[in-house]
Amino acid sequence: MAPTPESKKYNPRLHVGLLEERVTNVSSTDFPGHYPDEDHSWDLTKFKKRLQVKIQKLSARSIEFDLVGVDASIANALRRILIAEVPTIAIEYVYVWNNTSVMVDEVFSHRLGMIPLNVDPALLEMKENSSDQATDRNTIVFKLQIECTRNNSAPRDSTDSAVLYINSEVLAAHLQWVPQGEQAEVFAARPPAPTIPEIVLIKLRPGQAIEMEMHAVKGLGKEHAKFSPVATASYRLLPHIILDDANPVPSHLADRFRDCFSPRVINVDPRTKKVSVDKRGVRGETMSREVLRHPDLAKFVKLARVRDHFIFNVESEGPYEPQRLPLEAIRVMREKISVLKSAAEALRALGDPEGDIQMADT
Amino acid sequence: MSQPTPKIRIMPGAQTDLSAATYQIDNETHTLGNALRWMLMKNPKVEFCGYSAPHPSESHIQIRIQMYDNLSSLTALVRALDDLDSLFESIEDAYKASLEHDNIAVWDEGR
Repeated sequence: MAPTPESKKYNPRLHVGLLEERVTNVSSTDFPGHYPDEDHSWDLTKFKKRLQVKIQKLSARSIEFDLVGVDASIANALRRILIAEVPTIAIEYVYVWNNTSVMVDEVFSHRLGMIPLNVDPALLEMKENSSDQATDRNTIVFKLQIECTRNNSAPRDSTDSAVLYINSEVLAAHLQWVPQGEQAEVFAARPPAPTIPEIVLIKLRPGQAIEMEMHAVKGLGKEHAKFSPVATASYRLLPHIILDDANPVPSHLADRFRDCFSPRVINVDPRTKKVSVDKRGVRGETMSREVLRHPDLAKFVKLARVRDHFIFNVESEGPYEPQRLPLEAIRVMREKISVLKSAAEALRALGDPEGDIQMADT
Repeated sequence: MSQPTPKIRIMPGAQTDLSAATYQIDNETHTLGNALRWMLMKNPKVEFCGYSAPHPSESHIQIRIQMYDNLSSLTALVRALDDLDSLFESIEDAYKASLEHDNIAVWDEGR
């Protein structure tokens, strides 16, 4: 029976070891044939027993959740999909009618593409080819028409450009949505607009004007980072600090020992000066390994991480609520799997008679 | 050039009974490659499994599967895909359950 990962002792099967200048036991070893007489073949029931998903923290823009009991390749697939393969809407085509600002068309167009939009990607279809006809099902149109003028009623001694001029700053809020076809109904609940209205796009001075039309389309982060739905999507492994009960930290070193770790990671009993690891606080340990720099303290502790306990941190920067993002990532992954599965089955059906298979020519 | 690239094809040099073969999967990356490799390695009948992305500017991966007992690697591949799907299904279920039932600390980021 394999010990639980919470088991205190260092276990190379469950933990990644951290020494001063190196890590140990990095790769997972739970494969059939790795350990003699042990069965590590895939077992869904066993996997489900070990699997644990727990959402820890949620805000309007970010989510922190624990994914326990999966291999790094699975956690990494989710992370990669969050960054590069969950679709969002971004401005892709810019038609410039007039631009007398100090910024050239190309640079400003690139900047427009970066604006996060609040459009739910489920409501739009993806263009199969970039040459496809723009329709109300795959394109959202924005207009930007703005001119900077002098403010004649400004006080004479004013030096603030926001007071001296009208429209001295072009903001994301100045983008006007132009509904096409059925879009006025489809998007009635949440009219397309930038998620953050106060982004300054460019500054203008009297006489300068901009007139543009923009087409926003659905895309993937692997095409261009502007389509990525997240600001960050990352994971780290749960820190595991191992104290030896047989060899406890002496009371006169307790406070120094505690100060080697991040705040709230180590508890020192105010009366007995007994040192213990805070079960919740240990998540916040940065693994600076400061304690290993002090020979008198290092001998009381072992540092490790739990290999299959992933702490995900995802910040949404687009239309998705953060708690929806992992579900979208899983949906994308399962779609990939089903596409490949039907292709593989078709390949198998092709070669079935006589076991004769078709090999590629090259 | 008129034919579209197949999603999956068998590279030259495979055993005729497919007990050892390299598959080229179009338009996939490490995202699927590594997860699939892991699931194939969980199969005790798989002697060897490895994958590579041969070149960064070509959008395909190659996955090599060698089987014990002259079994078909294509069958193992399909099974691994099934298992991988059930794995992600259970993650999805567990995530939804946590979203519904867990006491989640909601905090205000100020924006």
